Amino acid sequence: MSALVHPVLSTADLLGLFGHFLVLSLLAIGGAITTAPDMHRYVVAEHHWISDAQFSASIAIAQAAPGPNVLFVAVIGWNVAGPIGTLATMAGTMLPSTALTLIATRWGQRRRDTRFVRAFKTGLTPLTIGLLVATGWLLARPYVDFSAQGAGAIALIAVSIAGMLRTRLSPIWLVALGAVVGAMGWA
Amino acid sequence: MSEPTSDADGARPGPKSTGDLFFTFNRLALQGFGGVLAVAQRELVERQGWLSREEFVEMLALSQVLPGPNVVNLGLMLGDRFFGLRGAFAAVAGMLVVPFVIVMALTLAYAEFSRLAFVSGALRGMGAVAAGLIIATAIRLMTTLGSNRLGVPLAALFAALTFAMIAWLRWPLIWVIAALGTTAVAIAYARTP
Repeated sequence: MSALVHPVLSTADLLGLFGHFLVLSLLAIGGAITTAPDMHRYVVAEHHWISDAQFSASIAIAQAAPGPNVLFVAVIGWNVAGPIGTLATMAGTMLPSTALTLIATRWGQRRRDTRFVRAFKTGLTPLTIGLLVATGWLLARPYVDFSAQGAGAIALIAVSIAGMLRTRLSPIWLVALGAVVGAMGWA
Repeated sequence: MSEPTSDADGARPGPKSTGDLFFTFNRLALQGFGGVLAVAQRELVERQGWLSREEFVEMLALSQVLPGPNVVNLGLMLGDRFFGLRGAFAAVAGMLVVPFVIVMALTLAYAEFSRLAFVSGALRGMGAVAAGLIIATAIRLMTTLGSNRLGVPLAALFAALTFAMIAWLRWPLIWVIAALGTTAVAIAYARTP
């Protein structure tokens, strides 16, 4: 039931919420999740609109559901003020980064044969791959320990890597396997 | 902006329409538990062939240094490349609309489901698999370093340094990109004719 009870926000509060997420959007280098600590500071610590547990659950739900993880922003907005809260946080998060991305990609496409744009892509590619390994590592860390469950999780991770690299299986089957193994308490 | 398959070889198939973009991104988003990146690579590169691995990494690199959700930025860029603004919004709408409805339904159901042990267990298992999928994607994309103008040893060094600074030292991404990225781009610039 708690998901249906929201604090009542004034128009000024809603504009503040929108404005805060608008600014964070432009700071979200590496993805919206990198600004989660500051969202927490604003909606939990400063304004007490939602609890610590609600904030963490918002992120967990978005990660468990299919689709881009940025949807955790929609859940936070919902928990703060219902549908209008979702509109405020999602619009704030999406508008600036979308505009900037469209401008940048068109600028780059027009100049894709210039020395600078080619060097830019060449130079950043290795960083992208390092960043991807780091993301996988940080996501895996909480599951990996020396318990029996940890061993199960390591096996699941290894099977997922092999399944992706060696077969043409859709990843959704691997996720389903993970859900079953996890539900049995083996990972 | 509606130049069709504009890439170097010219032989690569592109999306047939904005509807094709919408449904492809919808399908890949719905397969993407714990994040969409691994599925996006498989669908866009290996299955549809809209991008080569090199083009995918380049687009991903750009979407990572730009602010905003990486896969959303990637969808914007790909859609814009093939169908301009309409394509960009079709791709992003495809990626967000149905997952948004699902996430909201889960939010409403959460209070009831979270108490069940097997539900939290299933979430753990799915999380571990999601981590494995990302690592596999990174391994597959490593092959693109072979043709990198920096040369394999230097490219591998930059990848390893990025990993160490982010995963071990936990430095803020913006500083890692500012320091390492500038160095790597400067070296690449010197080596680009």
